[in-house]
Amino acid sequence: MEKTWNNKAWFMVLPVLVLVAFSAVIPLMTVVNYSVQDTFGNNEFFWAGTDWFQDVLESDRFWDALTRNLIFSAIILAIEIPLGIVIALNMPKRGIGVPICLVLMALPLLIPWNVVGTIWQVFGRVDIGLLGRVVASMGINYNYVQNPIDAWVTLIIMDVWHWTSLVVLLCYAGLVSIPDAYYQAAKIDGASRWSVFRYIQLPKMKRVLLIAFLLRFMDSFMIYTEPFVVTGGGPGNSTTFLSIDLVKMAIGQFDLGPAAALSIIYFLIILLLSWIFYTVMTTSDAQG
Amino acid sequence: MARINLDHIRHAYGARPKSEADYALKEVHHEWNDGGAYALLGPSGCGKTTLLNIISGLINPSEGRILFDGTDVTHLTTQHRNIAQVFQFPVIYDTMTVYDNLAFPLRNRHVPETEVDRRVKEIVEMIGLGGWANKTARGLTADQKQKISLGRGLVRSDVSAILFDEPLTVIDPEMKWVLRSQIKRLHKQFGFTMVYVTHDQTEALTFADKVVVMYDGQIVQIGTPAELFERPRHTFVGYFIGSPGMNVLPAEIAGNTAAIGDQSITLNFQPQIKAGAKTELGIRPEFISLGREGMPVSINKVEDIGRHKIVRASFADRPISIIVDEDREIPAEPRVTFDPKAINIYADSWRVGGEA
Ligand SMILES: Nc1ncnc2c1ncn2[C@@H]1O[C@H](COP(=O)(O)OP(=O)(O)OP(=O)(O)O)[C@@H](O)[C@H]1O
Ligand SMILES: [Mg+2]
Repeated sequence: MEKTWNNKAWFMVLPVLVLVAFSAVIPLMTVVNYSVQDTFGNNEFFWAGTDWFQDVLESDRFWDALTRNLIFSAIILAIEIPLGIVIALNMPKRGIGVPICLVLMALPLLIPWNVVGTIWQVFGRVDIGLLGRVVASMGINYNYVQNPIDAWVTLIIMDVWHWTSLVVLLCYAGLVSIPDAYYQAAKIDGASRWSVFRYIQLPKMKRVLLIAFLLRFMDSFMIYTEPFVVTGGGPGNSTTFLSIDLVKMAIGQFDLGPAAALSIIYFLIILLLSWIFYTVMTTSDAQG
Repeated sequence: MARINLDHIRHAYGARPKSEADYALKEVHHEWNDGGAYALLGPSGCGKTTLLNIISGLINPSEGRILFDGTDVTHLTTQHRNIAQVFQFPVIYDTMTVYDNLAFPLRNRHVPETEVDRRVKEIVEMIGLGGWANKTARGLTADQKQKISLGRGLVRSDVSAILFDEPLTVIDPEMKWVLRSQIKRLHKQFGFTMVYVTHDQTEALTFADKVVVMYDGQIVQIGTPAELFERPRHTFVGYFIGSPGMNVLPAEIAGNTAAIGDQSITLNFQPQIKAGAKTELGIRPEFISLGREGMPVSINKVEDIGRHKIVRASFADRPISIIVDEDREIPAEPRVTFDPKAINIYADSWRVGGEA
């Protein structure tokens, strides 16, 4: 097909550009603006160059939080992706079970983040929470307020409970698009359960898995509300992720310069990692 | 290599079939001889695929038993039946290469790699994809995919039977001819029982020793191509086989005469007919002769199709087709005679014999 060049086409995307400008570009530019200036109040600003960026990159606080983020995302992906696949594989393909399972799966996705946080905060409390009481009665000393490991376990379980459904639904959509003839052919060819997964189901799920992987990575890397509600970043700094730290810095300490620099670094890290994942996964897809 | 018995097989897809109409297969009771080549012919939705899936074990029949060489295999899984099947819609594993696709059924059965290599190389040449062996199967054209699908069915040499479900539909005519003769050659070489579903009656008639005609969930006739042509057991077989199909005319039968409208025809036998049955006379267009003698007809249209002409005419107010030789003149006052040996009588659509 021949490409037609028509400059009028730009007018068509103008509304979107305006919207994006107001919702994303302009706020981002203000952040950029803050990140390169210093102020002592009174709306007086001084050029600070890359000082704030250096400060952020040289602080242990930043690297510690970044490490926590990376570990958290790695754990989340390592649990939710395989678990999502396994659940999707075991969902019914037809009959009355299908709508029931779909609704059950969709439920956690419909609950707002802060409500999820509150639910689990109460659920996990040793004094009044059901989960906390049950775990405690089994003789396990569980307390997410004091024990960093318990706090992490709580956050991870929460996220798995909240978001595995997304992976399940995406995988399920891929699975139901496989015609019956493939399974029949696999039976005739004597394929094992594993071969069916490896050569029929996985290839069909590959695209949706890529989306699931990216969504879950970006989302878990930006985690904020749950630790904010449940642990408030503690005990100590054990659940202080970049986002929590950022808010502490910007609103708690009102260090706008470093906070803006951190925002930009944070944004670039997510962009870079997503781009790397995307490239790696799509090129391996093309080689098939 | 196996003799396959279908013992009173019935199948309904729904859980609780209420009436006869709920059955996709009404009743199939039949033996497929060891090493036979069968063509399965029938209109869309008559149950051909269902029957194949029951033989291969992909579907469990609602009623009846399946026996391979006398052993009941009704409850054996597909894997344990040692049957190859080529599906109506091509299935390929598109992350694998063409070679690996063909090797897949063998490797799953732990065939030694040297043997796998030998078989796959033979098949890949046979289906004309020699240069493609190491390409991934994704992005191949529809006919290449169908060839791979066919190849996977043919790659195992030790199967009891191979079931083909319209395996050559999207393949171009010339290649179709080549593949068909290759399948025949493999059949001779390995002697597997072969069931071949097709819509194409020339394919069926040239390909198989026995042709099985299905209609509305039943096998209506099994026979050699000549038997199907000369003695269709059911009016459907008469219509379906032959081009144009058999002329079927409502007729009153009394003794050994058949009356069609105001014409009466003397039969060379006396059909035994139950009272109240709907009776019809069947005669193929090839066995009607058009000339100056016999019963009057009026001609509506003459189609010249090369080797011969098809005359569309009205006989006793019924449309009939007549095949006449290319160089034959059509008389001004045409009359027809029916070859008595080629007349079949049907009661409620089923052929009735009689005392000759
Ligand atoms: N999975 C199924 N569930 C319910 N009904 C089915 C199913 N498969 C086939 N049928 C029905 O069973 C009947 C026979 O179908 P079948 O596929 O065996 O026909 P066929 O002879 O192979 O037709 P075609 O020439 O179109 O392939 C049809 O009426 C069809 O609608
Ligand atoms: Mg079919």
